[in-house]
Amino acid sequence: MAFAHTLAGTRYVFPDLRTLLARASPPRSGDALAGLIAASAAERVAAQMALADLPLRHFLTEAVVPYETDEVTRLIVDSHDGAAFARIAHLTVGGFRDWLLSEEADAAALTALAPGLTPEMAAAVSKIMRVQDLIAVAAKCRVVTRFRNTIGLPGRLSTRLQPNHPVDDPRGIAASILDGLMYGSGDAVIGINPATDSVESMTALLAMLEELRLRTGAPIQSCVLAHVTTALKAMERGAPVDLVFQSIAGTEAANRAFGVSLSVLDEAWEAGRGLKRGTLGDNLMYFETGQGSELSSGAHEGVDQQTVEARCYAVARRYRPLLVNTVVGFIGPEYLFDGKQIIRAGLEDHFCAKLLGLPMGSDVCYTNHADADQDDMDTLLTLLGVAGCTFIMGVPGADDIMLNYQSTSFHDALYVRQVLGRRPAPEFEAWLGAAGIADTGGRLRFDPAATALPPALPLPQEPS
Amino acid sequence: MTESERFPSPARSDRWEHLRRFTDARIALGHAGSGLPTTAHLAFQAAHAQARDAVHTPLDVAALMAALNERGWPAVAVASAAPDRTTYLTRPDLGRLLSEESQRCLSEPITAPDVVLVVGDGLSGTAVQTNALLVLDALVPRLHAAGLRVGPIVVAEQARVALGDPVGALLQARAAVVLIGERPGLSAADSLGLYLTWEPRPGRVDSERNCISNVRAGGLAPAAAAEQAAALLTAMFAQRRSGILLNTTAAASPPELPD
Repeated sequence: MAFAHTLAGTRYVFPDLRTLLARASPPRSGDALAGLIAASAAERVAAQMALADLPLRHFLTEAVVPYETDEVTRLIVDSHDGAAFARIAHLTVGGFRDWLLSEEADAAALTALAPGLTPEMAAAVSKIMRVQDLIAVAAKCRVVTRFRNTIGLPGRLSTRLQPNHPVDDPRGIAASILDGLMYGSGDAVIGINPATDSVESMTALLAMLEELRLRTGAPIQSCVLAHVTTALKAMERGAPVDLVFQSIAGTEAANRAFGVSLSVLDEAWEAGRGLKRGTLGDNLMYFETGQGSELSSGAHEGVDQQTVEARCYAVARRYRPLLVNTVVGFIGPEYLFDGKQIIRAGLEDHFCAKLLGLPMGSDVCYTNHADADQDDMDTLLTLLGVAGCTFIMGVPGADDIMLNYQSTSFHDALYVRQVLGRRPAPEFEAWLGAAGIADTGGRLRFDPAATALPPALPLPQEPS
Repeated sequence: MTESERFPSPARSDRWEHLRRFTDARIALGHAGSGLPTTAHLAFQAAHAQARDAVHTPLDVAALMAALNERGWPAVAVASAAPDRTTYLTRPDLGRLLSEESQRCLSEPITAPDVVLVVGDGLSGTAVQTNALLVLDALVPRLHAAGLRVGPIVVAEQARVALGDPVGALLQARAAVVLIGERPGLSAADSLGLYLTWEPRPGRVDSERNCISNVRAGGLAPAAAAEQAAALLTAMFAQRRSGILLNTTAAASPPELPD
C-alpha cells in the first residue's frame, strides 16, 4: 500500500510501509549506507506526518518482511495479543504518541498493553518522538525480572560487571572482578566475553565464577557470553551455567548469520530452565542487540536499522529474559556516525524495548573511529538513567582491553546512582553490606581486607 | 604536622594496586568522590586523543613513496573511491573500490607479478607510518630470495582491506599482501594488520584471507610478522588457496577485518 503526504506544495509518495518507516527515521549513517534515508529534511518530516496519520491497525495487515520467508515476522504476527491491543486499536500512530504521553498511560496500563504491540508499532511511534518523549514514556514502564536477585525495581539501577581479558587469563579476569565488586558493580550479572569461544574456556571461567559465588554467598548470576551452541554443549557437560547468552537480530537471515534460529534458542532456553539454578525466579536468558547488525550481514531486508532493531525485541520477549541490552555504539560510524546519533539510538532502543515489555539495559559505548567521546557517553548515560534504564555496563576505567572499545566504568555507575538517587538490586545491596564491601550506611569501604573476596578469587592474598 | 598530612589528597587511591600486574585493564584507578581522580581521567583522555589522531592523520604518501624509491622498489600511489576521510568512515563499500583514475593507472600493461604488496592507510595512518616500512624491509628481500616476482608496491589512500582485490585483479597478481592500519584501541593506536589473499579478485570474502594482526612495537614485531607472511605465502603458492582452507603451521589468527 502506498502512502503520501503534501508538505509546502510538494507531494511525497512512499510506496510501502517499510519505505515510509525508513524515510520517517531520524537521520543516521547506516540508513544512508543502505540507501534508505530520506532525501531531504522535508521528505523526512512529510514521512513522519504520513506515519502519524496511519492507523495502528494497518501494522496488522502489512509486514515489513514477508511472513512466508521470515520466522521473526511469523513470531510477531502469530504471537500478537489482540485483546491487549484493543485498548489502542482505534488510534493512529500520532494518536498513540499522545496516549503514551498522557496520564492514563501509567505503569499498569503500559504493562497490560505490551503484548498487544508489535515491534513495528513501537518503532513507528518512536520516529515521531523527541528525546524527551522517549525518556518520559520509558520512565513510566515497569519491567521486573528475577534469577538470584530482583532486577528492575523502581529506584534501582543495576550493572553488568564486564571483566574481559584479551587471553581469558583467570587472574587478569579475577583482578577486574575484584575491582568491580569493590565499587559495588555486578548485580545484573558478572558477564565475561570470552576471547576464545570454546566449551573448555567457557567451563573454566564459569567454574571460577561459581567458586566466587559459593564462597561469598553473593546473590549474583554469572554468564560467559559464548555462542549459544557453546553454552548448550557446556550445559550437557554439567557446567554451572546461570544465564544463557546470545546476540540476536531482527530478521531470520540476520539470525542465520549469527548462527542461530528460534529453534536453537528454544533448545537453549529449555536446557537452561532444566538446570533450575535460579533461586528467586527463572528469567535466565540474556540477549544483546544493536542497530546496524542486520545491515552489516546484508540481511536487513530493506528495513531501516531502527525498525529492524525493534524486531529483535520480539525475538527476545519470547524467552522472558533476565536481561537485554543494546550495544549501541559498538558497531561503528558507518551505522551511527557520531555522539548525536548514538545518543538518540540508545534512547530509541531503550524506549522500544521497554514498551514491548523487556528488561532493557544499554552498553553506552563507542569506538575510536566514531566521532564521539566521553562527554557524549556521560550525556547518554545520564539520559538513560533518567529514562529508568534497567542496567548499564561496568568495565574497569571504561576501557575494554579485549573488545577494544569504550563502555561505562564502575565510576560511571556510581556517578549516575549518586546524582539520580538510584541503588543496586536490593538483595545485592544487602550483600554488599554483609560482605563488608559497604558500611552500614551503604557507603563503599574500598577495603578488600575487610571482605572475603580475595580468597574466593584466584588472586594472591597479600600485596607482593 | 606537614601540609600534606593536614590536607590529604581529596583523591583516594585503591588498596589493590598490586593486582595491576595481572591485567592491562584500568583497575585500581582510585576515586575522587565517585569520579575518576584527575590523573586517571587525563590518562584516559590522552589515550583517546592518540587513537583519534591516528584515525584522522593522513598517511604521508610522498614520504612513503620517496622511501620506497630510495630502496629501488617501484611503487605507485592510488586512492580508493572514497574521496575524503568522512566518506571513508561512513561508506566502507567505497573504500573497497579504486577511484576511476587509479583504475586507469593500474590498467597500464605490466608483467603480471606473483605477489602484489598493497600499503593502505586503513583506520590508522599512524600505524602505516610507524610500521609498514619495517615490515617491507624484512619481507621484500625474502620474497626476492624465494624467486617470487614482486610487482610495484601500491600505496593506497582511504583503503579498506578488500581494496587489494581490484588492485590484484588489474595487475593479475597471483597473491596480494595488504598492509593496513588497524582500528586504534586505547592501548595501541599504531597496530598494523597484514591480510593475505590468493588470487585477489573482487568478490573474495573474509574467510578466503589469512590475517596477521597487532603488528607493532610491543605487539608482534614487524620482522616476525614478515616471517609469518613469507611462510603463509609459501603455503599459498604450494596449495593455490588462502584463508580457512589453507593448511599451515604458521601462527596466523583468523581474519577479522578492521572495518
